[in-house]
Amino acid sequence: MIPLRRTCKQVAAILIAREDRAITLPDSVALRLHLMACKACPRFERQLLTMRNAMRQWRHYADDVETDA
Amino acid sequence: MGTAHRGGQAAGDSGSGVILAAMDFQNELASHRTYLLRFARLQLRNDAWAEDAVSETLLAALSKPQSFGSKSQLKTWLVGILKHKVLDLFRSHAREVCVDSEGEETGAEELENLVFKADGHFAQTPADWGNPEQDLHSRQFFLVLEACTDKLPAVLGRVFLMREWLELSSEEICKDLGLTPTNLYVQLHRARLRLRECLELNWFGTSKEAT
Repeated sequence: MIPLRRTCKQVAAILIAREDRAITLPDSVALRLHLMACKACPRFERQLLTMRNAMRQWRHYADDVETDA
Repeated sequence: MGTAHRGGQAAGDSGSGVILAAMDFQNELASHRTYLLRFARLQLRNDAWAEDAVSETLLAALSKPQSFGSKSQLKTWLVGILKHKVLDLFRSHAREVCVDSEGEETGAEELENLVFKADGHFAQTPADWGNPEQDLHSRQFFLVLEACTDKLPAVLGRVFLMREWLELSSEEICKDLGLTPTNLYVQLHRARLRLRECLELNWFGTSKEAT
């Protein structure tokens, strides 16, 4: 039996890891289970998504990022 | 063909149009300078290197003014060149750059303990940020993001921006900085966690004030 319980701290680490590399299957399953049951972690996930989107805009030098020094 | 030949030798009176165009181009380049410099500084954490990278980038553009059709093409090109220059500087200064990761270890522990309780729960439920990155007017969010990136400890900031801004692969970053993959992921984990914490404090803080 694969242990599928994760604390929020562990889930946050998985979510962060997902930004940079593939995560393991057990992690991926545990992540999905945890996100269904938890209130805090989906928020954390949304925040990381916002950061990801923002970085994409930033590196493409979007006009709205420009400011006068 | 002949019209493409600007820059080089000084034109006589008959070439005043050419000179004007060249000045326009110089002004346009100058208008990008501040932006480029901010990013070079953020990435390199060294004013002198940043100046070098930006000067070389602008010089490269000056040497071929005819090759930019539109303003956005010029921007894209400048940023592309700057990335290469930044990377060159990284590589040539690789030894000076990878130093003080010792002091960051303790800070990382503290951060984890700040964000999470001992039982692994969030000490404070993450806030709902909304979608600031989708709001074209949310310049404020990007300013906070930039400030937070700047506040990352030097090594974390470098690794994070190599990944996110220079878009290097994990393998390339490991090779450049002499890190193992495990080490790299630890650094990226810390950088992202810190960045989120900073945004949580500063973005959520300001957006609540604003509304």
